[in-house]
Amino acid sequence: MDLDRLRARLPYQGLLLAVVALVTTAALALAARTTGPLIEAAEARDLQISLNQVLSIEYDNDLVRDSLDLPGPGGVPVTVYRARREGRVEAVVFKVSSPGYAGPIVCVLGVDRAGRVLGVRVVKHTETPGLGDKIEPAKDDWIHGFVNTALGHPPAAEWAVKKDGGRFDQFAGATITPRAVVKAVKGGLAFFGAEKTRLLDEETGS
Amino acid sequence: MNYRRISRDGLWDNNVVFAQMLALCPLLAVTSTATNGLGMGLASTAVMVASNVLISALRRFISTEVRIPVYIVFIATLVTLVDMSLNAWAHELYKVLGLFIALIVVNCAILGRVESFASKNPVPAAALDGLMMGLGFTLALVALGGVREILGSGTLFAQASLLMGESFGFLETTLIPGYRGYLLMILPAGGFLALGFLLAGKRVLDRRLADRSRRLVNQPATA
Repeated sequence: MDLDRLRARLPYQGLLLAVVALVTTAALALAARTTGPLIEAAEARDLQISLNQVLSIEYDNDLVRDSLDLPGPGGVPVTVYRARREGRVEAVVFKVSSPGYAGPIVCVLGVDRAGRVLGVRVVKHTETPGLGDKIEPAKDDWIHGFVNTALGHPPAAEWAVKKDGGRFDQFAGATITPRAVVKAVKGGLAFFGAEKTRLLDEETGS
Repeated sequence: MNYRRISRDGLWDNNVVFAQMLALCPLLAVTSTATNGLGMGLASTAVMVASNVLISALRRFISTEVRIPVYIVFIATLVTLVDMSLNAWAHELYKVLGLFIALIVVNCAILGRVESFASKNPVPAAALDGLMMGLGFTLALVALGGVREILGSGTLFAQASLLMGESFGFLETTLIPGYRGYLLMILPAGGFLALGFLLAGKRVLDRRLADRSRRLVNQPATA
């Protein structure tokens, strides 16, 4: 068979595209099946590590599997992870976010039974490097200032950066970024207060 | 096939960035540090070699009429395979590089090499071309990343151990201790500025070299 003449014919083009699509799809499907479980395991491990960073208490359950989906502020679903000791929910961890200077700032927030903040970590942001990125614990320890705060402690009027008459520091050259983080944490605590019975799994009276 | 010519073209004379001015989008996006540049460069090199070899091996079966969709499907598949395997078997590395891997698909330099070289040349030459073009691209990425990192944050190869393992920790250096940082160089605008100066620098160097070789040729052979 003369390949050069065959290659110039019309049906060959369609056939070639079909074969290429089939081969590449098969390769991708095979790769997805092989790597899928490994990727899932690695992501669960990452999640576990980031959850542990904001939980300074001891617990004995499998945190990653004990999750609950609730409608959060603005109707966006929030996945809440619950840390239990002997079946009792001791603390919950969930993501909160708020628009920063250059896109949403996403934090994980750990809250104990009494509504006190156990820890906050920024997991995703696109703030200006050198100015707004002091919200990362590697750059500055500002984020640790939330530990042990709660709604009402400091009082509601002081849940703001100092420039707005509140309790929390802002950074030189960046007010919008810390303001957004304060707002996100405050919103998260309000969410905890509103959904407390469901979050602490006390509806059934156990 | 002149292998020396291919290597020279890829690394310097026809460098993806400095001569062809291709792939500027991933270049400016990732070069805020030299380490990021190195990671992106190595991943791109791997994809370039693989796509060149694949297309060169199949070049007799690919008809001119539908070659572009075939190339693009192959390149996108290769990039996705690299992305999935890194995520599964080198998860720590993937967390650093993951964002950039998808950018390789839109790297027009890869399609360019496949179209202009691999589709017309035998497999060994295509493999070498992919390797050299990739290394030339890596060179440009590391140079630009290095300049921006030194001027922007006063360090060089920060977090190299995250990318290549603990044994490469020695690469991490702080050149200017206590440096407060120069924000402009880390932002995209600084990338354009640094790239402009690097391009100008290469032009000057090339002209000097050309002048010198011309003088050597014109010298009468009296000695």
